[in-house]
Amino acid sequence: MSEPAVRVEGLLKVFDVPERDEGLKAATKSLVRRKTREVRAVDGISFEIAPGEIVGFLGPNGAGKTTTLKMLSGLLYVSGGEARVLGHVPSKRERDFLRRISLVMGNRNQLQWDLPALDSFELNRSIYQIPRPDFLSLRDELIELLEVGDLVRKPVRQLSLGERMKVEIVGSLLHHPQVLFLDEPTIGLDVTMQKRIRKFVAEYRQRHGATVMLTSHYMADVEALCERVIVIHHGKILFDGDLAALAGTVAAWKTIAVALENGAGDLSSYGEVIHRDGDLVTLRVAKAETARVTARLLAEQEVLDLNVEDPPIEDVIELVFAREAVE
Amino acid sequence: MTVVPETSPLRRVGRLRSLADFYMTAMRTQMQAQFQYRAATYMYLLGMVAEPVIYLVVWTTIADQSGGAVGGLTAGEFAAYYIVWTLVRTMNIVFTPYGWEERIREGELTGQLLRPLHPIHYDVAGFAGGKIPWLLYYIPIAAVLTLVFDPTFDVRPTEVAVFTVAIWGAYLIRTFNQSALGLVTFWTTRVGALFSLYIVLELLLSGRLVPLTIMPEWAQTLAWLLPFRWTFYFPIEALVGDLSNQELLAGLAMQLFWIFVGIGIFSLVWRYAIRRYTAVGN
Repeated sequence: MSEPAVRVEGLLKVFDVPERDEGLKAATKSLVRRKTREVRAVDGISFEIAPGEIVGFLGPNGAGKTTTLKMLSGLLYVSGGEARVLGHVPSKRERDFLRRISLVMGNRNQLQWDLPALDSFELNRSIYQIPRPDFLSLRDELIELLEVGDLVRKPVRQLSLGERMKVEIVGSLLHHPQVLFLDEPTIGLDVTMQKRIRKFVAEYRQRHGATVMLTSHYMADVEALCERVIVIHHGKILFDGDLAALAGTVAAWKTIAVALENGAGDLSSYGEVIHRDGDLVTLRVAKAETARVTARLLAEQEVLDLNVEDPPIEDVIELVFAREAVE
Repeated sequence: MTVVPETSPLRRVGRLRSLADFYMTAMRTQMQAQFQYRAATYMYLLGMVAEPVIYLVVWTTIADQSGGAVGGLTAGEFAAYYIVWTLVRTMNIVFTPYGWEERIREGELTGQLLRPLHPIHYDVAGFAGGKIPWLLYYIPIAAVLTLVFDPTFDVRPTEVAVFTVAIWGAYLIRTFNQSALGLVTFWTTRVGALFSLYIVLELLLSGRLVPLTIMPEWAQTLAWLLPFRWTFYFPIEALVGDLSNQELLAGLAMQLFWIFVGIGIFSLVWRYAIRRYTAVGN
């Protein structure tokens, strides 16, 4: 069996966060004695990612997703546990390690603001010492894949957020990273642009066999790209496994969307009506009851169309967090 | 497959060639950025000229009123000193601790830390590249100052050669001093007060405010022992003064010494500082 691309064991990150009460008195007091609070941003997590795998890393704001990615890319020192990426300890920031990874952050510009992106790409070529023929061929391939041929000649500051994100991605991949950390790569982008970036990530991974770890608040990103998800909350892993299995494990219900011939009457005897749009009704039904309720609907109603589905992934994730809060 | 060890001469040559390629590219990129904002650069340069012109007017007036010289320097020698001062000042502009402060506080260091090259290289290469357009802008300014203030120049080719090296030496000393100071932001998040103290010492002990020869004896001795003198007074004196070849070489050696001290301090502080980076702001 091949060595995992990412291996994390008991990873811990603790921040000392200064805090004080409001007002001048508290501010004066903090001059003499500073109070800090220990925050466990990442609390002993463990997982492995195989080479070429694409994994969604999910969690609400402040869950520890970005902190984990920053530790894995060598930006932050770990407070405990161990992380290895491509066999390297990230915090050592060895050149051979940094040459083989990339971290793309949706809200961070790494290109020269005043110059066309092509100049930044050239700077990246010199930093990563990419042989010129390889550089030109990969650069042109990426430009074509993301359809940014007419954008890379404009100063970066004149590009829209979505356009900038696309050229940012080109710049981050020129050195052909084997491990790609994507932190909210589609944040703030319109639906068309989101789809294009998703398609690109899938194609890049397929062509180059890269390992990808992706965080996103858009479940569409995760559903389109990831078979496996890791759900993290309060720095701890709540779930690690198939995206499909997540719904099965966590949600004890399914949804039945039914369109009726003669208009929808009161269907509350079949399950909880969660949505109604003309003749189309969506019911929430206990998982164990699904087969029986479906059979009843088909027998008792004039059914035009019927779909049984797992609940939307957003609802499932919300349920995971809610369950963790109760526990 | 043959693996070349990290420390082998082959690797070192490859690494040097890589660095040279990076420096050339980064300098070119920075020059392009500078040319992008010509008007802003001119305004900045004019602002920079204001400082030496004030000193120049004050000292030439005093010299004229004191029978032609102050501390052995004539009005023409003061003029030569401050015209060259302007060039030295332009050339030894570096990335300041304020820049480091913003970079660390806002998390802007993140992009650089992800790359397989120490962030200090971006500053050294970037600011060096920016100086080439600035040199071009300096020429008309120097011409006007020369016409107005009538400086006394008596320059030997050796002095020009030493000056050319010394202004880059001054640039490197200031880069590492101020970058080491900037790293303090990893602990305090506000480095302004410390930087102000640095600037006061530099103003007094570098020859930036007044030529060191008109400072008291003890101040001159102190200046000899600190790095500031080698960032202003020495390069200026190398060109407009009357230093022997031995003094010129000793000056370059002192610059080299302070560059190594600066690199040493910066590297040591960096080792501990970088562990504290929290990559906030993104």
